[in-house]
Amino acid sequence: MSIAVQTRTAVEIHNAVKAYGDKPVLRGIDLEVAPGTVTVIIGPSGSGKSTLLRAINHLEKLDEGFVVVGGELIGVRAHRGRIRELKEKDILRQRSRIGFVFQNFNLFPHLTILENITEAPISLGTAPAAAKELARSLLASVGLDDKEHAYPRQLSGGQQQRVAIARALAFDPEVILFDEPTSALDPELVGEVLAVIRSLTGNGRTLIVVTHEIRFAREVGDHVIFIDDGVIVEQGTPDAVLDHPHHLRTQNFLSKVL
Amino acid sequence: MTNTIRELDQRIRLAPSSTQAESTPLLDRAELARLGTRRVARLSHPGQWIAAALVLVLVLNFAQTLFTNPSWEWAKVPTWLFSPAILTGLQLTLLATAISAVVSFVGGIVVALARMSANPVLSTVSWFYVWVFRSLPLILVLLFLFNLGNLYPAIGIGIPFGPQLQVGTYTLLTPLALGVIGLSLSEIAYSSEVVRAGLLSVDQGQHEAAKALGIPRRRQFTRIVLPQALRSIVPSYVNQIVGLIKASSLLFYVSLLDLFGVAQNLGSTYPTDVIPLLVVATIWYLVLTSVISVIQFYIERFYARGVFRVLPLTPFQKVRRAIASAFTNDRSVA
Repeated sequence: MSIAVQTRTAVEIHNAVKAYGDKPVLRGIDLEVAPGTVTVIIGPSGSGKSTLLRAINHLEKLDEGFVVVGGELIGVRAHRGRIRELKEKDILRQRSRIGFVFQNFNLFPHLTILENITEAPISLGTAPAAAKELARSLLASVGLDDKEHAYPRQLSGGQQQRVAIARALAFDPEVILFDEPTSALDPELVGEVLAVIRSLTGNGRTLIVVTHEIRFAREVGDHVIFIDDGVIVEQGTPDAVLDHPHHLRTQNFLSKVL
Repeated sequence: MTNTIRELDQRIRLAPSSTQAESTPLLDRAELARLGTRRVARLSHPGQWIAAALVLVLVLNFAQTLFTNPSWEWAKVPTWLFSPAILTGLQLTLLATAISAVVSFVGGIVVALARMSANPVLSTVSWFYVWVFRSLPLILVLLFLFNLGNLYPAIGIGIPFGPQLQVGTYTLLTPLALGVIGLSLSEIAYSSEVVRAGLLSVDQGQHEAAKALGIPRRRQFTRIVLPQALRSIVPSYVNQIVGLIKASSLLFYVSLLDLFGVAQNLGSTYPTDVIPLLVVATIWYLVLTSVISVIQFYIERFYARGVFRVLPLTPFQKVRRAIASAFTNDRSVA
C-alpha cells in the first residue's frame, strides 16, 4: 500500500514537526541524506535529535511532515488529500528493512545471542536453519561467533551492543540508524563498538548516527548536522561544522563537548 | 632510658588516630603482626541465641502435646487419609482448582490486555469487571450462581432485541460447572491484576526493539513481552493458586463435596473422629501446597533464564554438592 516516490536520496525528511503535549520537539526539519554516506547528528540533550532519528523508522509519529526511505514513504501514505497512517502490519514490514541500534542495546534478555538475531527473520518467514546460518555469519562479522549460546547479561556492554548491531543487520538493511550507540558504555568499551560501526561504512550502506563522539564524527562522518531546539542550526562537512562552525550555538555546544 | 623512648615512639605511630588511641590499648608492631596472621573473630549475637532458645522451647512444648495428648487420635488418621470418601473429595478439590487455575490464567491475560488497551470501551468494561469481582466475597458469587436458575430459568445468546439461542440453565450448567465458573470469575479479577503488573514490569525498550525489528504484533507479545512478564507473574500467580485451593473449600456451601466438605460431612457422621478428620484435611492441603511450591521453583527457574549470569542451584543439586564436598573435604565445591 506504500507509494513510491521518485528519489535519488537514501533518506528524506520533509517538514518534520512533532510536539510532546505543548512542548515542541521538532519544529520543521528538512533533511536529505545521500545513499552510501555517513551522517552524524549532534546537539545538546533535549534538542530533538533522538526524536528525529526515531521518526525515520516511525517509532515516533510525526504531527506534520513525512519521511521517505529508499523511495518509500515510511509509516504513512498519501490518500485523498491527506497523509494517513499505514496499518501496523505494513509499518512493521517497512521497519524490518531499516536497521535501528538503541542506546541501551535492548537485546531480549530471555533469548540467547543467536535467538536474539534469528527472532525477527524467523517471525517474518525465514526458515529457521537459514536464519541460524545467517545469524552465525553476522556474529562472526562482529567478532562474537563464540557467544551464540550465551545470554545477553553474560556479555559486556560493548559485546551486547555489537550483538545489537548484528541483529539490526539481519535483513541486510540499506539504511541503519544509531541512537547514541556508545553512550551507555564504559569508556574502554566504546572503541570496539565504533570499530564495528566503522566497518559498516563504505559498502553502499547509509548510516545515520546520533552521537556525542565528536572524534568519531570527524573521522567517519561525511556529513554533520547540528540540531538545537528542534531545528537544524548548521550542517556540512565535519571540517566545516566541527572545526569552523559559523553559528554561536554550534560554537557553544562544541566548546562544551570537545 | 633511650630504649623506652624509642618503644614509646613506636607505640604512638601504631595508634590509628589520637581519639582512638585513648580508648584502645596500644600494641607494639610485632604483637600486632602476629595477631594479623590469625582469623578475625566475628561479633557474637547473644540476643539471637536467647531468642532462638525461647522459640525452640515453645515449639518443643507444642510438639510434645502432639504425642502426649490422646485427643489427637493419631491411630485413626492413616485409615481416614486414604479412605475413598476423602479421596473423592480430594479429587473434586483438584479438579475444580485445576480448571479454575487454567481458566483464570488465560482469562487474566485477556482482561489485563483489555484493561491496558487504548480502546476506551474495552478498558472501562474490564476495569468495571475487576472492580465488581474484587469487591464481592466469593461465597456471595457462588450463592448467586447457584440461584441463577431462579434468576434466569433459561440462558442464551443472540442479537440484542433480535433472535436468541436459548438453553435451560440447569441442563447446561451442572453444579461443578457453576462452582468452577464462580471460582474463575473471582479469580480472573485478581489474576488480571497480577498479569497487568507483570506486563508493566517489562522494559519499554523491549517493546521498541521488537517494533524496530518488524516482529509481528502477536509474536511481539508471545515471544518477547509475555515470557519476560511471566518472570514476575509466576510467583504472584502461584500464590493465587494456593489461595484458590483453599477458596475451593467454599464449594461446600453450595453442596459440592470437596476435600473440606467431605471431612466436614464425615465429622457429623462420626462425631468422635472430628479431630482426626481435620488432621487428614490439613495433611492433604499441606501436600497440595508443597507440590505446587516444588513446581513453582522449577517454573521460576525456567523463566530466570538470562536473568542471572549463573542459574541458582536446585535443592537436589545443592544436596549433591554438599555430599560431594563432605567426601572430598573440598570447601570450594560447596
